[in-house]
Amino acid sequence: MADVYTMGVDLGSTASKCIILKNGTETVGSAVIPSGAGTSGPERALAAALASAGLTRSDIAAVTATGYGRESLDGADWSVSELSCHALGAARECPGVMTVIDIGGQDAKVLTLSAEGRLENFIMNDKCAAGTGRFLDVMARVLETEADKLEALDAAAEGIVPISSTCTVFAESEVISQLSRRAPIPDIVAGIHRSVAVRTASLARRAGVHEPVLMTGGVARNGGVVRALERELGVSIGVPPAPQLCGALGAAIYGWNKLNKNKS
Amino acid sequence: MREYTSIVQELCGIAAAPKQQLERALASGKKAVGVMPYFAPEELVYAAGALPVGLWGADMQCSESRRYFPAFICSILHSTLEMGISGQLDGLSAIMIPISCDSLKGMGANWHYAVPQVPIINVAFAENRKIAAGVEFTLSQFKKIRKQLEEILGAEISDAAIASAIAVYNENRAALREFTRIVGEKPGLLSASERSGVIKAGYFMDRAEHTALVRELNAALSAAEAPEFRGVKVVLSGIMADCHGLLEVFDKNRLAVVADQLAYESVNFADDTPVTDDPIRGMAERLGSIEGASVLYDLGKRRCTQLAETAQASGADGVIFVLTKFCDPEEYDFVPLKRTLEKAGIPLLQIEIDRQMDSYGQISSAVEAFCETLA
Repeated sequence: MADVYTMGVDLGSTASKCIILKNGTETVGSAVIPSGAGTSGPERALAAALASAGLTRSDIAAVTATGYGRESLDGADWSVSELSCHALGAARECPGVMTVIDIGGQDAKVLTLSAEGRLENFIMNDKCAAGTGRFLDVMARVLETEADKLEALDAAAEGIVPISSTCTVFAESEVISQLSRRAPIPDIVAGIHRSVAVRTASLARRAGVHEPVLMTGGVARNGGVVRALERELGVSIGVPPAPQLCGALGAAIYGWNKLNKNKS
Repeated sequence: MREYTSIVQELCGIAAAPKQQLERALASGKKAVGVMPYFAPEELVYAAGALPVGLWGADMQCSESRRYFPAFICSILHSTLEMGISGQLDGLSAIMIPISCDSLKGMGANWHYAVPQVPIINVAFAENRKIAAGVEFTLSQFKKIRKQLEEILGAEISDAAIASAIAVYNENRAALREFTRIVGEKPGLLSASERSGVIKAGYFMDRAEHTALVRELNAALSAAEAPEFRGVKVVLSGIMADCHGLLEVFDKNRLAVVADQLAYESVNFADDTPVTDDPIRGMAERLGSIEGASVLYDLGKRRCTQLAETAQASGADGVIFVLTKFCDPEEYDFVPLKRTLEKAGIPLLQIEIDRQMDSYGQISSAVEAFCETLA
């Protein structure tokens, strides 16, 4: 029987992610482009994923779009909320996972799953950049570094400078104030990570935290935030190899499931 | 018999153009009085021969109102004040402002300075609204308001006129209760936007005219065949869900509102005014019978069990709690509501709206995911 390829596209606010699955299980291509919905990012992510898989669009049996820009993807067969897709992707990455913490570019959400991996409950952050990837980008810019380097700086911290967890704008001025007092940058970074963790932990507690816990989204690539969140919640947190692709993975799985359901 | 779609279209058209309704009333020589939330004695306005105009804000961006209210005050007040400052409400003879929450307590003073051309009638209720002393206090306030209205509108408000107005309002409430019952029993027949529009129109119309249209609609809806419905059935709870973008999200997700516990909708017409020898006393007594409103003192939080019972009785798949941003009374109620619904095994989604929203992406994701979990 011929192989069936399904594509999942996650059009986030700051990045476009795409994954191609063979027969619903094997990842044969993927791409992450740091430009989100409404830009050229989605198109580039699709092209890059197809190129990495050595496939063309006509080889794809079904395209499922997810993320904030899911309605804007031309040619998508289905569009599904990113919450359902993250649940599907997380359950594939970590069978038995009960809680998923996803922090993306502009939002944070906590999902609770049933023993069968079905999305049971979820909670999303307020319409506010605090505690999201955007928050870390802003802080990195103030510290004259890049978001990707925050983890290494955190690892060198000897203390934690308290930073507000309430508002990105206030937190930014606090960081500037700490810099002018010559507080060590690694300690400030540790404070920034703790501020994200405190905010996320309060969200997680509202949804209910049950182990195993998995963290997904771009911010999960920052081990400093993951460790701060582990300390704040008192649980161990797993991170999949490609946390940013979890939603796209779920979308590709959704497409596969849908094709098989339609067949039966 | 007219097609129900035609009647719905007419009512939704009225709901979408309140300014036209106000201008029409003024052009006919009628006076109009603005009525802010919650539960103001608008029958007194009607009894004076004037048009009560519901003022629950509008979907708009506010700038001038920010001179008077900080950004973290509810957008119903912000946008109402903004409309007043920008002259959109200049045709009103007065505005009734109930002092039902902390934010509304500041509304009167702000309005006084910001919109001096429209006089204020403050509406105070007894906190202990159910006990005899509470009813007496509310009665004394309503009598005061009656006098103020007589002076402002230059019309005598007789007991007979109040009794007639009460009859008109009770008939309107009964028609709306019947409407929500029929819509709840035939999910998919009307969209969430249409259901909302039919109810909203009443805030800008002569209630007798609204009743006539709603009765005609009820007859047409009763005769219509219930469609095969494969969407999700929900009960809404909160202050209001009159928000174009939100209703579009509901409609897109084939979500049927089978009942509600919204202050703007069913909570406002669930209870009739008792018919008594002293009609104005009946109005004070009605306030004591209203349940399900966060802004009214609710000993034992009866609202919580009422919501669970409504969800169960209507066969809803879940409840959507529509939180009006920065509404403290609603936020206080959310915790016991959530616990009660969890205990009853009723799925719950909380979403937050305000009248200055221009992006519904997050709400759309949340509603879509909620429907997916219930499917």
